[in-house]
Amino acid sequence: MKSYRYVARSKAIAARVLGDETMVMSATNSTLFTLDEVASLIWEAVDGVTPLDEIIASKICTQYDVDEEVALMDAAALVETLAEHGILLLSDQPIAVPCAPKMEAV
Amino acid sequence: MPGVTSIAESTSVVVKIGGLPIRLHCDDLQFVRQIRERYTGYVSSSGEAGFDFDIELAPPGTESGEEDLSVSWDSGRWLMERGDFRAEWNPATSRGLIQQTSNPYSLDSVLRIVHTLLLARKGGFLVHASSAIRNGRAFLFSGVSGAGKTTMARLAPPDAALLTDEISYVTKQNGRYMAVGTPFFGELARVGENIEAPIEAVYLLAKGPRNKIESIEGAGAVRGLMENVLFFARDPEFVKLVFDAACDFVAHVPVKRLTFKPDTSVWELIR
Repeated sequence: MKSYRYVARSKAIAARVLGDETMVMSATNSTLFTLDEVASLIWEAVDGVTPLDEIIASKICTQYDVDEEVALMDAAALVETLAEHGILLLSDQPIAVPCAPKMEAV
Repeated sequence: MPGVTSIAESTSVVVKIGGLPIRLHCDDLQFVRQIRERYTGYVSSSGEAGFDFDIELAPPGTESGEEDLSVSWDSGRWLMERGDFRAEWNPATSRGLIQQTSNPYSLDSVLRIVHTLLLARKGGFLVHASSAIRNGRAFLFSGVSGAGKTTMARLAPPDAALLTDEISYVTKQNGRYMAVGTPFFGELARVGENIEAPIEAVYLLAKGPRNKIESIEGAGAVRGLMENVLFFARDPEFVKLVFDAACDFVAHVPVKRLTFKPDTSVWELIR
């Protein structure tokens, strides 16, 4: 059982959209991640106030033929990995911090 | 004595790389001469400088064995430290101090760091790459140690002007990315020509049985470039600047994989 419902982007990151992918770099340890199309959708949607399960239901399951429970498990694995690197913030309460810097498309 | 003019030798020398003049001052005249010789082709005769560094020499043998480099931002200064040097630089006053032994490699390292920090604010960067100008266009050959940077420089035809065999200097000027010659060399032990040209392409090097060029797009290009960009400071703002510069660069300059066998035939592809 997850101990969080809300996800927000950290401010200590740099991010760019490149085609269907998003590159995210931790500004604290320089780790570089490449998010695929689905992960990019989740990345863009996490705003600290919309619960993750609602994001998956509205942004992912409406666009992809995927079981909601499976999609939520995959999304949880993704956000938890990114949170371990300080790229995302997780909380059981809405997260009031301003979201990540605006992403620039290349 | 009549007919003899005494000229005091200067204790300063201005080293101008990438258009950024840095004055180095040291009371030890022998070391100043050493700097002039080391940076031949990059010593500015005008004497004007945008930045000033005092160098304090410590006696030989006082270095520690610490090889890890630390670069941090503290109270308005960049602090740079390794076993063989300690330096600080205040961008607001454009002044700095370098404490080292007379090993010229220490000064070389400090200059690389300072230029990295300066370039980041201007959208440029230093990258592990050899580079050369051919037909008015610059080509970069990037990779980790052993990838073939110096080999590509050694194999360059006579009509290619070598900018460096080790550290390429990338600037953004009027929206165009330029490669600039540097005195930073690797195994070739030869200072690059002090000239510049717009960058035509960056080749990520790999050795193979035959010569081949493949395009790399998007995230792969950024990742390949970032693996070789010099990246000293862990300061979040600096990291963002470098990342943004790399992303912007790949949006403007083709990044390709160059698999090559180490003979002169590879240069037939570089035109």
